[in-house]
Amino acid sequence: MQYAVLAPFLTALIVPFLFRYIRAIHTGWLILPIPFGIFAYFLSQLTNISEGHTQLSGIEWVPSLGMNFSFYLDGLSLLFSLLISGIGTLVVLYSIFYLDKNEKLNNFYVFLYIFMGAMLGVVLSDNIYALYLFWELTSISSFLLIGYWYERQASRYGALKSMIITVLGGLSMLGGLILLSIITGTTSIREMIAASDTVLESPYFTGILVLILLGAFTKSAQFPFHIWLPDAMEAPTPVSAFLHSATMVKAGIYLTARLFLLFGGTDIFFVLVTGFGLLTLCWGSYMAVRQTDLKAILAFSTISQLGMIMTMLGFGTKEAAFAAVFHIFNHATFKGSLFMVAGIVDHETGTRDIRRLGGLMTLMPISATLAFFGAFSMAGVPLPIFNGFLSKEMFFQTSLDLETTSTLVASIAPFVPALAVFGSIFTFVYSMYFFFHTFTGETRGQLKVKPHEAPIGMLISPIVLVLFVVIVGLLPNMINEPILTPATAAIYGELPNKHIVFWHGFEPALYMSMIVVALGVILFLTRTKWQSVYNWIPGVLSANKTYDYLYNMQFRVSERTTRTYMTGSIRHYMLYILIFIIGATGVTLFVTDGFVIDTSDLAPISWPEVVVGLVMAIAAIATILMKNRIAAILVLGIVGYGLSLLFVFFRAPDLALTQLIVETVTVALFLLCFYHLPKLDTKKQPVGAKTLNIIVSVSVGVLVTLVAIASHSSKKFETIAHYFIKESHHLGGGNNVVNVILVDMRGLDTLFEITVLGLAALGIYAMIRLRDKGEMD
Amino acid sequence: MEIIMSILAGILFSAGVYLLLQRQLLKIVFGTALLSHGAHLLILTMGKLNRGDPPILEEGIKAYTDPLPQALILTSIVISFGVTSFLLVLAYRAYRTNKTDNMEQLRGSDHD
Repeated sequence: MQYAVLAPFLTALIVPFLFRYIRAIHTGWLILPIPFGIFAYFLSQLTNISEGHTQLSGIEWVPSLGMNFSFYLDGLSLLFSLLISGIGTLVVLYSIFYLDKNEKLNNFYVFLYIFMGAMLGVVLSDNIYALYLFWELTSISSFLLIGYWYERQASRYGALKSMIITVLGGLSMLGGLILLSIITGTTSIREMIAASDTVLESPYFTGILVLILLGAFTKSAQFPFHIWLPDAMEAPTPVSAFLHSATMVKAGIYLTARLFLLFGGTDIFFVLVTGFGLLTLCWGSYMAVRQTDLKAILAFSTISQLGMIMTMLGFGTKEAAFAAVFHIFNHATFKGSLFMVAGIVDHETGTRDIRRLGGLMTLMPISATLAFFGAFSMAGVPLPIFNGFLSKEMFFQTSLDLETTSTLVASIAPFVPALAVFGSIFTFVYSMYFFFHTFTGETRGQLKVKPHEAPIGMLISPIVLVLFVVIVGLLPNMINEPILTPATAAIYGELPNKHIVFWHGFEPALYMSMIVVALGVILFLTRTKWQSVYNWIPGVLSANKTYDYLYNMQFRVSERTTRTYMTGSIRHYMLYILIFIIGATGVTLFVTDGFVIDTSDLAPISWPEVVVGLVMAIAAIATILMKNRIAAILVLGIVGYGLSLLFVFFRAPDLALTQLIVETVTVALFLLCFYHLPKLDTKKQPVGAKTLNIIVSVSVGVLVTLVAIASHSSKKFETIAHYFIKESHHLGGGNNVVNVILVDMRGLDTLFEITVLGLAALGIYAMIRLRDKGEMD
Repeated sequence: MEIIMSILAGILFSAGVYLLLQRQLLKIVFGTALLSHGAHLLILTMGKLNRGDPPILEEGIKAYTDPLPQALILTSIVISFGVTSFLLVLAYRAYRTNKTDNMEQLRGSDHD
């Protein structure tokens, strides 16, 4: 099984070589057998799975962190694998005729095969990290495919938008999955489901659910994250057919279905999934009628159908799970074929603008037939030759049969069928609009190319898909036993006992379908009269505008924020640092009650030292106030010499000596430099700035004093000075303990202090020798 | 005595920080010099003051002052001397090159 996931990636590796060295044959032909082989492999597993066996296999990746490529095949992943590899084969075949040999085919097929492998990885992975890895790979490959014609601005915009939205969801999903793995102590999805009791009791349950659903909703284009899907229509049509109708957008559906056993049945799951699903269903179908681009209609229709599947998953009944699985299959078939037809129309007429199309029925009879089956199946027209009707009927039925387990569900349940019917009416309208406006009536406007029927190769794929529409419509139980039942069992945990019938008598669901058709026909025929309703709803409100606003605002806000504090002024940066120090130290000192004062062990106060200290303090303050450079330097010198005097008082002869010399040299250096530096700034700083400077510097001083007193008062243990004094002569062979410490006991410090001096000297030398161009002499 | 010296160190820190916040390069260098004086005084104070004779071994002396802080300060004096002189020459060079020693004007260009 791992080889089925690996195969597309390996193919992606060799595609560039095939493209480069075999130019005579369209690259697509060379790699067409790969997805077909995968399809055949999964087909061979059908009987195995339908008998209830599952398969687990995998490769270790980072076993110490619980990261493994473990793949698990059950009914649900088999259904998705078949869709991915089956429609993948058809899409590759279609793209051979759709894309010219002069296009950048190497890019196209590399991206497409990476996507295919990633998608197979998503649906087969049992390990959360592998799942997330493949999940993001689908986002990235989708980004690359939408931006395939990267010289177009709209492609880049659409690609970026889909990337931002799906990665946003992907990251939150990762958060949810990691929380799950912490709670359950495993990284395997199957084991998590087995431990669902622990999850349900966890206080993080709601958070996990919201995080994971955010991932599922963004990927599956649920309201309000649906906005990326219409813009993703800038991708080549085979991509739209494959990624944005049949497979990638169902990854969120897959995730919700896969974790149904973990979350399903809770009120919040019902409210979120059904609520957003219904909202998406209604909004998507309502907005689809407004579109003028064939692919945009299909994009909104995909949004709406995905909302419908989500709704069914949210219902939480066995019948609903079965209906969801059935509709996943049906939607993949009819939507795939519709996209391909839209691509054919685009290819053969040069436009996708529905206002300029019309009357293509006689010119393109085969495409028209295919569109007829696709659109009528999508609309759920009550005829048994359309599979869409069967699953829609089940949708109505399950919306009526909601199990009212709690008051919350019971209070919402009555509205669900009404909303379902509302969404379906518009689904009917846009399906009819799509078909009749493109293929009947008269040609509107001048077309760039004279329309004609597509080459047979391009028609094969949609024909195969439409055959599925009809066959499943006629003989639904053919796929029931081998595919749908095991998939439902995998979602719901127990086998459904379901036999699909077209005719179940005059039941409420049928009346609902009748209402849909009746109202749909009326609305379709009076379309032009009520079009103005779109000026009221949504009117100026638009999720796209919100997205654009947020997207631009984040740049503006971050720029403005950065500009407010990154001023380029060193004084401001110093202030940030100092204020933080004051805040952090001060708060710590007082919160931990750290200030103690202990006067029991103080040296006696002697007046000469106090006087020297006083002089130093006065000199330090005078340094600030001096207006004259040379006076300032000399006053600064007083501080240094005072310090060396203090060293004398405090019995540190070596220090006093060094301080004296260093101070002398420093003063000399200051005097040398000041000659070249301009006069001291006498311009006064603004009063506010000056006050702030005073406050900050005084606080720093006070804090230093307090910390010094507190730490002096709380000595925890004895000094190690005794050791140095005792061993200085004995081990170091010297009587001057300070010098023995410097060169013997802690000689390494001295070595590097010498290095520092050497570096400073070299640096000074380099700076003085260095000559700039714009330099004054 | 230690408390008085702590207060003195605090005053030196205050003055040093205040100078650091000025616009002129020379004043900033003054500030760093004052800050290092304050730090040295603080290290010495923390090692307890006046508890004996200078740490030079002689017969008959029982108590010496703590030699370790002195060794640390000695190292620190030399290093801060190196840094101060480097800063000073840097200020000089910056002025020669940019023709200003006002930090508010030394902001680099947008293309740096």
